[in-house]
Amino acid sequence: MNTFFSEPENGEPRAVDTTRSVHVSGLTRRFGDGPAVLDHLSLDIPSGQFVALLGRSGSGKSTLLRTLSGLDSVEYGEVARPKAVSVVFQESRLLPWKRVWQNVVLGQKGPEGKERALQVLKEVGLLHRVEAWPLTLSGGEAQRVALARALVRNPSFLMLDEPFAALDALTRIHMQNLVLSLWRKHQCTALLVTHDVDEALVLADRVLVLEHGRIKVDLPVTLPRPRRHAHPVFEQLRSELLHALGVQNA
Amino acid sequence: MSESGSRSRSVQKLRGRQLSFVWKESRRFLSPVLLVLFWQIASAGGFVSARILPSPAQLAHTAWGLIKDGSLPTNLLVSLERASIGFGLALGIGVILALISGLSRLGEDIIDAPLQILRTLPALALAPLFILWFGIGEEPKILLVTLGALFPIYLNLHKGIRSIDPKFLEMSRTLGLSRSQIIREVVLPGALPDLLLGVRYALGVAWLMLVVAEQVNAESGIGHMMMDAEDFLRTDIILVGLIVYGLLGLISDWVVRTGERWLLAWQVDGGKRV
Repeated sequence: MNTFFSEPENGEPRAVDTTRSVHVSGLTRRFGDGPAVLDHLSLDIPSGQFVALLGRSGSGKSTLLRTLSGLDSVEYGEVARPKAVSVVFQESRLLPWKRVWQNVVLGQKGPEGKERALQVLKEVGLLHRVEAWPLTLSGGEAQRVALARALVRNPSFLMLDEPFAALDALTRIHMQNLVLSLWRKHQCTALLVTHDVDEALVLADRVLVLEHGRIKVDLPVTLPRPRRHAHPVFEQLRSELLHALGVQNA
Repeated sequence: MSESGSRSRSVQKLRGRQLSFVWKESRRFLSPVLLVLFWQIASAGGFVSARILPSPAQLAHTAWGLIKDGSLPTNLLVSLERASIGFGLALGIGVILALISGLSRLGEDIIDAPLQILRTLPALALAPLFILWFGIGEEPKILLVTLGALFPIYLNLHKGIRSIDPKFLEMSRTLGLSRSQIIREVVLPGALPDLLLGVRYALGVAWLMLVVAEQVNAESGIGHMMMDAEDFLRTDIILVGLIVYGLLGLISDWVVRTGERWLLAWQVDGGKRV
């Protein structure tokens, strides 16, 4: 059912497999004559895994995400990923001229659109804002609508591009819990790009650190959820990651 | 008890809000009304010659006479028809041209340059040329209106289409929207505020062009009525014509603004509504 896409060279994606996993091998990307933004990057994400991607600005996080989401084409290397992909961006990117439920089912065909919108809006706890205009939403509400818009498409692979970066600390904790429960329920593969080491450790099965377009650290996180910041293993992982990101004495 | 009390209080509050609404709406008309009053007093007191500036009462009388003998309604209808056909053409052509040049680079290269060149020509100066080309019938008048109204519509819509946030376009692509879906769901509604702004400008220009077209060479229309009045030194009729033009402009602006409030509900009441 889930058609897979792989990119040979300079080509359109082609279907190769039918699972929910993601395979990247030898992915290289450079802009003009500059240094490679992605440098022979290889990455396998097994079906259903929650991966967090850390990295400083300019490490190639966004480029990797854009390539995986299909916004950028693959020039060198191979990328195979499920066809059903959804992206949640840092800004909600809701169309201000469409009501909340219309934003959720944007581009979806079928007469039962509103029913489906209501269903996912219930999952993200926004049933009371179904008819609202996006400009009247708070930041957290808008991100929940963006999440609903991603989930209504039943994605096999959910990509989150710093989705909580612009939210206040409390809202962020709520959103993290929400994402975790939705990920469990929908059983999709997830890739979270973030700047926040703690966030990565709270959510992910595995944390990657990207540097100069390569994966520098690939760290499994086996702590049971819900995770506590005070847990000694958590502490240890955190300092390991901060060290990898170039922060000393953390 | 307490319930009925709170209800009457809320009714009071509602009435208070209605009153303040009426006051807000009406105070804008206060100073024009005062001006007219002042004018009437000055005329009645003999400070202003009736040949130079007839009194408001006299103008009302003249207007009533023009309505009764049918000359004002007939001429108004002719003017309205010219304005609406000319404006309608401008809207249709302007939207099509803006879509072509807004949605494709090739279209922009082909369409935008000549329109930008034409735009710099003062459209009113084309009146004699249009009369030579199209004669003295309805065509030159309608086409002058079209020409004048075309540019505000084209320029604003083109700008609106080009300034759509690319993040929305990216988002639409990740959602798998087709090109035609993106145009329909994202580009057009996103450019609508600019189009409506263009329409308001265009209406203003349309009336202006109409005035000139009807005064240069016409057998009917408000402008013609005014030119006729000049021959007979009828200042009052000229002023009535001016007032009618003014009212037409006001009314058309009001219509567009009402349309905006409805079409752009997401924007106007963004902070207030549910």
